[in-house]
Amino acid sequence: MPPLGEIIRGSQVWKSIFRHPMPVDRRNRIVVMLTNFFLHLHPVSIKKQGIGLSYTWCMGGVTFFLFLVETITGVLLMFYYRPTLEWAYNDILALRDVTSLGILREIHRWAAHAMVITVWLHMYRVFLTGSYKPPREFNWVIGVILLLLTLLLSFTGYLLPWDQLAIWAITVGSNMARATPILGHEGPGAQFLTVDGIGMITNASDARFGLLGARFVGEETLNRFYVLHCIAIPLAAALLMAIHFWRVRKDGGISGPL
Amino acid sequence: MHGNEQEFLASVSGFIGSYYLFVGFMNALAAFYLWQTKKAETYGRVPLLALPFTTASVWLLVSIFFVVIGGLALGGSFALLKFPQGLRNFLDSIMQPHWYTLGVMGGLVVLYLGRRFFVRPTVAWGMLNLMLLLMGYSMTDPDFSSIVTKPDNVPIVGMVYLLAFFTWLGAYKAVQNDDRLKQGLEPLEKELDEKVLVWPDLVYTELICMIAITALLIVWAVLLQAPLEEPASSVKTPNPSKAPWYFLGLQEMLVYYDPWMAGVVLPSVVVFGLMAIPFMDFNPKGNGYYTIDDRKFAYLMFQFGFLVLWVTLIVMGTFMRGPNWNFFGLYETWDTHKVEALNNIDLSEYWWVQLWGVGRPKAPASAGELTKFIYILWREAPGIILTILYFAALPPAMVIYIKGFRKMFVKMGFARFMLLAHLLLLMGLLPLKMVLRWTINMKYFISIPEYFLNF
Repeated sequence: MPPLGEIIRGSQVWKSIFRHPMPVDRRNRIVVMLTNFFLHLHPVSIKKQGIGLSYTWCMGGVTFFLFLVETITGVLLMFYYRPTLEWAYNDILALRDVTSLGILREIHRWAAHAMVITVWLHMYRVFLTGSYKPPREFNWVIGVILLLLTLLLSFTGYLLPWDQLAIWAITVGSNMARATPILGHEGPGAQFLTVDGIGMITNASDARFGLLGARFVGEETLNRFYVLHCIAIPLAAALLMAIHFWRVRKDGGISGPL
Repeated sequence: MHGNEQEFLASVSGFIGSYYLFVGFMNALAAFYLWQTKKAETYGRVPLLALPFTTASVWLLVSIFFVVIGGLALGGSFALLKFPQGLRNFLDSIMQPHWYTLGVMGGLVVLYLGRRFFVRPTVAWGMLNLMLLLMGYSMTDPDFSSIVTKPDNVPIVGMVYLLAFFTWLGAYKAVQNDDRLKQGLEPLEKELDEKVLVWPDLVYTELICMIAITALLIVWAVLLQAPLEEPASSVKTPNPSKAPWYFLGLQEMLVYYDPWMAGVVLPSVVVFGLMAIPFMDFNPKGNGYYTIDDRKFAYLMFQFGFLVLWVTLIVMGTFMRGPNWNFFGLYETWDTHKVEALNNIDLSEYWWVQLWGVGRPKAPASAGELTKFIYILWREAPGIILTILYFAALPPAMVIYIKGFRKMFVKMGFARFMLLAHLLLLMGLLPLKMVLRWTINMKYFISIPEYFLNF
């Protein structure tokens, strides 16, 4: 009888998935990159300089990986967590004290902090190597938006445990929106937006209200941040990441001396 | 208090001891690496033993030192392992916002000017050891320890070390390349021009990175519990109330700016300014390799914005801002009742009251809206004129009087140069406001509370 490995690799099921022999020779190492959906993000070959850790710091890749960790742990956490005043705090408490694998929350939180740091380090590296220079200007712009989305993801997630730390950090962070010029009720210029002498920008109609869904951080805010955190921002980030990676390839691959 | 200190030291001795042992292990690894790869520099010979004295020997001795103090800490003998209280009090007393900010800036300038010296691996490794030792000593202070080990603050401590490491790595590679470019050689990255297959070289690296990150996250998650405080209550305001840590730079700006600037306009300008970088930096050199000499201006401006204005303020906001957003030294107890004299004065008050000895112009109570508006403009005229001069007169002055900016103006054209100049001026306004606050208690250049417009 042939070895088990050969039986598996010779089976119709295996062959229906992997259309080529193991990538142990040059030909198949090229074919694997071209035929595998997950690997086709990469080129087939790359300059040696572009894979040196001391050049890339691997920070873009680590950021993307942390995003995947956040997605997986986040989905699992959503099984437990209910974004209502009645349950939010208790669910987190249960995750800490009762639930098996409650450690998912720790992984989710620490990976989130780590992601903010790695995205900064990625930007730092890209700046230091001048990799935003032509032809990569636009990809740098997308990267800046992704940086902003990372911060917003972290910010919206900060509220969900619904403890003192969460609600006051979001209160302090969103209080500034009151002072948005023209659109915040304590912002410069807002008092000139009047109809028949009645101010249009009040604490129930200004930028902060739009952000919080209420005049203070309450249940509406919790719901709003939950939806932003779990659906809206991740979707936007995923789309921009796809463009970001695609543009890396289209703009000539990872940067190197011209 | 003394009894408390003993208890506290006993509670941290396990952590500090293992920490020192780990640093000792790190140094032993470094010594072993230098010895094995024969990369160690030889300084001379050890008398009697007939052995060469090399960098490897230095790190071996450092390793032994850390192992010894690690053992002492584990055994609870902290007599030699903590700063004397007098020194801590002294450090707290000199640590003020201005000394902290200027100290960081000065330190970075020294590192930049002496970069050829500081990037040498031996020097950098020595500095790392000193930073780690300082950290270990500081951990014996209850106040320092409690603020640094708050779960959400741990990543920031990590970030400080990571940033130090990567700043060193970037500068190290840049100095290497700059030396090569001076000799007419190409940057090192160019030497690795040959192509390799992504499978196996890159995909395996990625796999190893993923496993390492996963392992790190699991260890971190097991060792450190995510914070969970009391249930949210909208009536119990904690003091201090802090935004999430990455926004603390913005919260710190609230000391110098009104919320509409610190919380809305300036963050937008930061995002917009970052996006504009590739369109303002017309220098074709330094694309795809580490260098400082080829793009000094861009390098310095970015480092000023990132390391000085962004990171330094976050570190200050996290570790040194306590109740009522008062400034506390690293070894100082966060006392809710600490009173700081806040007697800040607007420019208009300086101008009308202190310089001319008259009251600030005030519209008669019966005046109409327009009259009131004109009175306000008149009252704030000095600040308005100064602000207009700052933003309108300085860019042309830069072009006329500074050669570097003249060259930029010629290459960039009017619109792009104005964008760059105004972004730089906005960035420079923060340190300017800080200095004015520290020296003459300046509050606002323009103060129009009637329209929520303070600047």
